[in-house]
Amino acid sequence: MKRHNNKAWLYLLPAVLFLGFFVVYPLVDVFIYSFEEGYNSASRMFFGVGAYNYSYILHDPYFLQAVKNTFILVIITVPISTALALLIAAGLNSIKALKKLFQTIYFLPYVTNTLAVGLVFMILFKKTAYSDGMINLVIKIFGGGPVDFIGGPYWAKMFVLCFYTIWVVMPFKVLILTSALASVNPQYYAAARIDGARKLRIFTKITLPMISPMIFYLVITGFIGAFKAYSDAVALFGTDLNVAEMNTIVGYIYDMLYGSSGGYPSYASAAAIVLLAIVLTITCVNSLISRKYVVY
Amino acid sequence: MKIQNLTKIFPSRNKKNEADVTAVDDFTIELTDSELVGLLGPSGCGKSTVLNLICGLLTPDAGRIFFGGDDVTELPPEDRGIGLVFQNYALYPHLTALQNILFPLQNLKGADKLSKEAMLAKANETAKLVQIDGLLDRKPGELSGGQQQRVAIARALVKTPRVLLLDEPLSNLDARLRLQMREEIRRIQQRTRITTVFVTHDQEEAMSICDTIVVMRDGSIEQAGKPQDVYDSPANLFVAQFLGTPPINVFLGRVSGGVLYAGDDAILTAGGVPDQDVYIGIRPEGFALDGNGPLRCELDRVEVMGRDVSIVSTHGASVNASVRSIVSAESAAVFGEIRFAVRPDKVYLFDRETEKRVPAELSAGGRAGQNVRRM
Repeated sequence: MKRHNNKAWLYLLPAVLFLGFFVVYPLVDVFIYSFEEGYNSASRMFFGVGAYNYSYILHDPYFLQAVKNTFILVIITVPISTALALLIAAGLNSIKALKKLFQTIYFLPYVTNTLAVGLVFMILFKKTAYSDGMINLVIKIFGGGPVDFIGGPYWAKMFVLCFYTIWVVMPFKVLILTSALASVNPQYYAAARIDGARKLRIFTKITLPMISPMIFYLVITGFIGAFKAYSDAVALFGTDLNVAEMNTIVGYIYDMLYGSSGGYPSYASAAAIVLLAIVLTITCVNSLISRKYVVY
Repeated sequence: MKIQNLTKIFPSRNKKNEADVTAVDDFTIELTDSELVGLLGPSGCGKSTVLNLICGLLTPDAGRIFFGGDDVTELPPEDRGIGLVFQNYALYPHLTALQNILFPLQNLKGADKLSKEAMLAKANETAKLVQIDGLLDRKPGELSGGQQQRVAIARALVKTPRVLLLDEPLSNLDARLRLQMREEIRRIQQRTRITTVFVTHDQEEAMSICDTIVVMRDGSIEQAGKPQDVYDSPANLFVAQFLGTPPINVFLGRVSGGVLYAGDDAILTAGGVPDQDVYIGIRPEGFALDGNGPLRCELDRVEVMGRDVSIVSTHGASVNASVRSIVSAESAAVFGEIRFAVRPDKVYLFDRETEKRVPAELSAGGRAGQNVRRM
C-alpha cells in the first residue's frame, strides 16, 4: 500500500494519544530519570547525568536482598503453583459429584482481599508471647519445636511468603486450567483409548499438548506477577520490609519513592528499569522455550 | 465376531416427562471372518451406538460381544484390539501424520512392544497401504479431508486390529471423493482381510462395497444379508423403501381373485395369495413404457439423466406424491396419459397391517390388464 491515508491516522488518534500519554511517555520518563543523578521532584533539579543511580542500587545491600528474595519467590512459586493448579484442575475435571462446590471453594481466595488473607496467615503462623499460632500447634503434635514464621529465621519467613503467594495465585490458575481441560474435545480421549493408551499416557501425550497454550499463558503471567510481588510481603510482614529481610524489587522501588527512607526517585527509576530488563529477558526466554513445546 | 442380544438403554434426562430411550434392542448377529459388514439405517436408528458398544466406549445393559472365541464384553476399549475410524477422524492435531500413525504402536506394552525401527517400519508400511507415504511430516490441519481420512484409517490399521470399525467414514467428503474413498476402503479391507464394520446411512455406499448389509431401525435388525439379496427380496416395507435410489414406488393395492390391483389397474396376476389389501412396491426399474400396459399414470415431467430417463408421473393409488420410473433413453418423449407394463420380479407385496412381505407368485398376462374402467 503506497497510498497514505490521513483518515486512518485520524481514526487512530485517540488510541495513539492515550497510549502515548499513559504508556510510552511514563516509560521514557522513568528511563530518563534513571540516568539523572540526584533528581529532586520538588525542585525538578538534578546534579548530572550518568550511571551512578545504577551503581548505587547495585551496591545497596537492601536492593540485592530484594532481588534475591524476588528470584527465590519466582523460582519456587511459579512452577509449584502451576503444577498444583494443573493437578487440581485435572482432579476437578474427572469428578462429577460436587464439582461445582469444589470449584467454588477453590475460587474463593481469588475474590478475597490480599490483606485480609494476610491477616489470616498471620494468625496461622505468628508466634506471640501468648500463643505459638495454629501451625506451631500442629508442629508440636508431631513433636517439633515452635518456629517463629513471621519474625524468625529467614527461611521460615520465606516459606510463609511462598506458601501465601502460591495460595493466592492458585485459584485463577485452577479456573483457567479447568476451562482449558473442559474445552478439549472428548473424542480425542475416545480415540486415544481405542489406540490403547492408558490414563497417564493420555494425559501427557494428548491432554497436555492440547492445553499447552493455556499453560504457557499462565507461566508467562505467573512470572511477571511474581516479579512484581509486593503487597503479599506487606500483608505478612508489615511495611518495614527491609528490616524483615523480606523486601521485593517493587517493595524497594516503593521504599525509595515514599518509604521512611524515601525521596529518591532516581534510585527508584533505576531499580524499575532493572526490573523491566529482568522481566523482559525472562519473558523472551519463555517465548523461545515455548516455541518447542507449545502447540497451537 | 458374534454379538448376542445386545441392548443399550439411555436413561432419560427428565424422569417425569420422558421415557428411557432404548437405542439398541436385542441386537444379535454373527459375522464371518474378514467380512466387510455395513450397518445401515436412518439417523437415530442406533447403528453408531452398536459401533460404540463393539469398541467398548459404551457398556451394554445386556448381551455379550465375542471376538473370535473371546468374550470382550467386560474389556475396556484399550484392551479389545480394535481400530476405529471416527466420523470426523479425530486425528491428534498436535502430532504429524506419522506420529498419529505411530501412536497406537507406542502404546503397546509387554510382549507386544516393538523396537523404534520396527514401529517406524510398520507405520511406513501402513502409510503405503493407504497411499499417504509422501505426506507423513504434515500435521492434520495441513491435509485435505481425503488425506486425513487415509491417515485415520492408517492409525486404525497399524496395530493390526481384530476388528476395524468405521463410523460414517465418508460423510465428511464431497461426492467425487466419496466414490473414490469407498473403493479405497474396499481395496484396503480386501488386502488386510480384517473383519470390518462400516456404519452408514447411505444405502448406496453400503450396497456398493459390503459383503453383508444389516438394515436397522429403532435399535433392531430389520434384515441382514448380501446386498443384492436384501435388495431383491426385502423382508418388509421399511427395508424395501430404504434400499434403492430412486426409492421404490409404493401403491395402495389389493389382491382380488388372484389379480393384483393398484387402484383400478389390474397390473399382475398374483398366485397363492388370499384376497386382501396390500401395499405394492415397484422398483423404478420395474416399469416399461407400453401403450397397452396395465398401469395408467398421468405424466408429470421427464428428467433426462444421460443413459437413462426418469419419468415422473402421478397415479391415484400411489402412496408417494409421484411415481418415479427409470426407462432407457430411447423410449422417452411422451405426453398425457402414459401406460406402463411392470416386471413381476420388481414388484413386492406387503401386508397393510404388519408391513411384512406377502409371498406371492406374480406374473403378467392372464386377467391382468383388464382394468376396471375409470369413472
